Order: sequence, then C-alpha cells, then structure tokens
Amino acid sequence: MSKNYLFDNPRNVKILLTLLFGSCLVLVIINFFVPKHGHFSWEEWSGFYAAYGFVACVGLVLAAKFILRKIVKRGEDYYD
Amino acid sequence: MINVIPPGLIFIAGAFIVPLLRGKVKSIYLLLLPVISFVNLIYISKGTHGTINFLDHQIIFCNIDRLSLVFGYIFHIIAFIKILYGIHVKNDIEYIACLFYAGCAIGVTFSGDLISLFCFWEMMTIGSVFIIWARKTRKSIEAGFRYILVHFFGGVILLVGIILYIYENGSIEFGYIGLDGLGSYFIFFGFGVNCAWPFIHSWLTDAYPEATIVGTVFLSAFTTKTAVYVLARSFPGTEALIWIGTVMAAFPIFYAIIENDLRRVLSYSLISHVGFMVVGIGIGTEFSLNGATAYAFAHILYKSLLFMTMGAILHQTGRINATDLGGLYKAMPLTCIFCIVGAASLSAFPLFSGFVCESLVMSAVAKSHMSGIWLTLLIASTGGFISTGIKIPYFAFFSQDSGIRTKEAPLNMLIAMGIAAALCIFIGSFPATLYSILPFPVDYVPYTMSHVISQLQLLMFSALAFTLLYLSAIYPSEIRAINLDADWFYRKGAKGFLWLLENPLAWFGNQVRTTIFSTIPQSCIWFSKNPLMALELAGNNIVIAIFEESFTKERLEKLRERIAEKLTDYPGDVIRYSHVGTTVIWVMGFLLAYLIIYIVSGRIVV
Repeated sequence: MSKNYLFDNPRNVKILLTLLFGSCLVLVIINFFVPKHGHFSWEEWSGFYAAYGFVACVGLVLAAKFILRKIVKRGEDYYD
Repeated sequence: MINVIPPGLIFIAGAFIVPLLRGKVKSIYLLLLPVISFVNLIYISKGTHGTINFLDHQIIFCNIDRLSLVFGYIFHIIAFIKILYGIHVKNDIEYIACLFYAGCAIGVTFSGDLISLFCFWEMMTIGSVFIIWARKTRKSIEAGFRYILVHFFGGVILLVGIILYIYENGSIEFGYIGLDGLGSYFIFFGFGVNCAWPFIHSWLTDAYPEATIVGTVFLSAFTTKTAVYVLARSFPGTEALIWIGTVMAAFPIFYAIIENDLRRVLSYSLISHVGFMVVGIGIGTEFSLNGATAYAFAHILYKSLLFMTMGAILHQTGRINATDLGGLYKAMPLTCIFCIVGAASLSAFPLFSGFVCESLVMSAVAKSHMSGIWLTLLIASTGGFISTGIKIPYFAFFSQDSGIRTKEAPLNMLIAMGIAAALCIFIGSFPATLYSILPFPVDYVPYTMSHVISQLQLLMFSALAFTLLYLSAIYPSEIRAINLDADWFYRKGAKGFLWLLENPLAWFGNQVRTTIFSTIPQSCIWFSKNPLMALELAGNNIVIAIFEESFTKERLEKLRERIAEKLTDYPGDVIRYSHVGTTVIWVMGFLLAYLIIYIVSGRIVV
C-alpha cells in the first residue's frame, strides 16, 4: 500500500508553492498595464486589491486566533 | 377556485407515499417527484392561481412572478440533486421529513397571502426538526429541541406580526410590507429568525452540523433562503437590512477560522453569504435585488455541493473534525475535485458561480456609494475564501495525512456532486443564462479585464497570506473545543433559570405552602383545643418577658418551670360550661348587640 501520491513528494509541494508565488508576482506586474475601473477612487490605486486581500486575511486570522479564541474557547464537554 | 396544483403540494403529498414503496420503485419515485413538480411549475402561467376563500379573505397558494420563479427553480433543482445524493438512505422518516420540508419551502415561495405563508413557514420548521432528529444521537436530539424552540419563538413573533398587520391594513396579501407600523416590525423580526440574523443565528450553527448526512445537505438550502426570498418580497430597500447584512457577512468569518467541525465551518460561512444577500435586499434597487437573488441561486448550489462533499467524507470515514481528517485526496479524488469546485465557486474565482453573483452585490453597494459597507464586505469576501474556500478542502483532503484509508463515495453521491459542480461552473462561465431568469433585466458584464484581474489579485494574495501564515505556524491549528456563540445565552440561561426555579423560588414556594397549609392550621387547632389556657400561657410568657428584670432569679426559674409544666400538660382539663343558662345569656347578648346595631345604623342612614 505504499503507493506514492501526488503530494507525498516534497518536490510537487514546492512546485505548487512556486506556482502560487509566481502567479502573485505576475498579477502584480500585470496590474501596471491594465486600465483599472472602479466606483471608488482607491480601486484605481496600483495593487489595492492585492494589499487589501493580504492585510485583511492576516488581520482576520490574528484577530480570530488571539482575540476570539481567547474569549470563546471552552472544553468539548462544556455544555454536558 | 383551484385550477392548478400548487407546486409545493406535490412534494408534501408525495412525501407520505414513500413508506408504501420498496426498492427500485421507491428510488425511481423519489427522483421523479421533483421532476413532476418542476414540469407542473413550468406549465403554470404567471399570475395568481390556486385561490380559495377563507373567511373574508383570499388564500393564494400559487403566486407566480419572476422573483418567486427563480427561487422555485433552484429549489426544484437542488431537491432533485439532494434526493439523488441520499437515494441510498434506508430511513423512511428521513425521506418524509426532507420531502415535506422541501415542499413547505416551495409552498412559502409561492404563497400569495400571509396566512398560507405562515402555515407553510411553521410546517417547514416541523419538517426540519425531524431531519435533525433523524440522526438519533443524543446531541442531535438536544440540538433539535433547541432548534424547534428558537423557531417556534420566531414563529409566534411572526404570527403576532401577521395578526397586527392584517388588523392594521385589512389585507392578507403578501407583497411589499416595509417597516411601517407595529405589525411590520414583528413580521420583520419573525423573518429574521429564519434568516439567521446576528444573535439569533446560533440555531443554525448549533443544529445543522448535528443532522444526518443527507439532512444537513437539505437544511442548508431551504430555511435561510426562503427567509431571503420573503425579505426580498416584503422588505426591499429597508435600510436596517444593510447593517444587519454587513454584520452577518463579517462576524461568522472569525468563527469559521477557529472552528474544528467542518460542517460547522460551512454553517458559519453560510450565514456570512446570507449576509451578502441581505445587504442586497437592503439596498433595494433593481440591480441589488437581482444581485441578492442571483447570489441565493448560486449559493444554494455551491453550498449544497460543499455540504455534500463533507457528507461524503462523514459517510465514508465517520469523522468530520478537521483534527481527525487529512490526506483524503488519495482515497477520494473525485470528491476532492468536487469540493475544490465548490470552494472556488464560494470564493468567487472567475469562471465559477460565486464570481458572477457576488460582484452583482458588490457593484450594487458601490453604486450606492457606501464605502464602509463595501470595504467590510470585501473583507468578508476574502475572509470567506481563507476560512472556508481554502480551509475546507485543505484540512479535509490535504494537510497532514490522517492515515485514513477509505474508498470513494457511493456512485449516487458522486453523480449528485458532479451535477452540482457542473452547474457551478456553467453558471460561472455562462452567466447570461442565470441573468436571464432574474426578476429584473440585467445590464452587467462581470468579465471585464479590470474586474477579473482585481478579483484574482484579491484571492491570490489572500491565498499567499494563508500560505505564509500556515507555513510559519501562525494560522490557528485546529483544536477540539467548543466555541461559545449566542446560543450560550439560552443554553446556559435556561440552566440558570432552572436553578433559580429549583432553588430560591422553590424554597419560597415551599415556605408559602407549609405556612398556609400546615403552620397556620396547626396553630389554630392547637389554640382552639383550650383557648383560655393558651391565652394564659401566652400572657404569662409576655409578663415574664416584660418584667424579667424585676423578678429574682429563683422566682423566674419557678415561673418558667410552671409554664413549661403547663405546656406539656396542654390542653389539660378543658373546662366546659354546659349550663343552659349560660347559653341563653349569650343568645340574649347577641340579640341585644343586633338590636343596637340595627337602631344605630338606621339612624345613620336616615
């Protein structure tokens, strides 16, 4: 049963990560050549969406981990 | 006159024939039921049909317009997919509950008046609670009871609202209501309970993950979406909905990030998406209502798809916590692909259904120049991607290999998931089809270069954030735990209330009872045995208490001894005056008193 699956090989994981980082880089570069339209002025800033997405996600995760979990986490038998 | 078959009725009546059938016939019957109902629906022309007179009002079972039709279509499509998904189930109760529940949801959708709407609304609650109970675990039974209590509470509020509304307006017609008058506020809140508004949302995250595999898949489509539908019909443009929707869209993301039960993660994400729809309804323009409706349509498909993939995992492995899963892509590759399709649709990746619907709502918000709401919703959107879109497939199918070796899900499940996944991609790639059935004409092009690039930027950099946080071990590892939510208030509150009843209040009640029924009658009996002696004893006690100082110690002792002696002796020899003469004197005395009262009172009156 020791069949080797796709991500058992660390090289494939590395390729996937490279693809992710690469696509981010490409998107940033394309960003400068595509005319941007939006209802709000900030939508036309270069890389607004990229920065916003990144910062929002880091903020959400940190808030959930360090604030919400501290407040609401209880043992699995809390209600029993 | 009833001249058509109301669409929901086929499901509701059809549900009760299920136990009479066996084997293949049953399977074919179950699959045909939504098809028959759908064909029936297509052949009903627009307008109101199926009306009967009830008291002075007209009950309308069949109110067909573009808004109700969209919901009607998707409810039929999803009912078919879900029946196929659960065709292997052997439990008749589950079939009956699911079909009945779906039928009631369709009934609500086509109700043209408040009375039949309310009836279907409550029947839907009953159907859904049986779906939850069908799992037959202690947790599911308890969660079912909590579910039914919350929904009946909402139902009663709705009923009060409807009665007030009919009283205020004299009409039972179900159309635009708007926040005007006491009744409308009650109706608004009653709808809100089913819509899982913040603080009244926890019935959803509490009960859905406890239902059966097929049950959860069914539940995820109907209750909240019928609430979205009724809000879209009766409260479009209500500003409060924009704020409610924004809070709804944002707060569940935090819970989804830290939750361990993957079906609960999906439940939180469900609330978040319903929040987007509620915002769309709150803005109330034709464009935004189109957005909310399209969102509901796409959401039902991809959320069901995700619940189905999680159900398939639960079915194959018996586990659903992120801590117990991982590496399942090896054993269940097809389910894994379907899950990724669902997740991509949910995350609004271009070419998937979420993209063409979410952007409608976001554009509607932008067109109304609500920058704060827009920015919050954008956070909710990226948050939904990392907390659900990445988390669900990653922790279930990839992540650390949990060592579980199982087989791919049964064929019927795979086909059902495949259909849903295909529809997700179809809607995302050819949005014109969906746009053409929306309530209002659509003038919107989702696939512009600028939009696609900005959406991809948003998503890829969110994914980058997730990856970096995960690799640096900052992303919260899954922990077996309960995360407290609004249900804490009634779960602990109910326990606190019971404690209050059982302790201070029960003690007080006991005291009142013993005083009235025991202490007072006992003392009266004791006193009446020998009133003279009792009075004498009391008198002696009082005298001793007052003149304690003036007695010598020995005398005091003696007196006390005598009282104690008399007390043990009580009632002693009761002296009975039995002379007739005494009685006569008493009678005389009373007559005299009566005479005096009579004379005096007569004088006063005159």
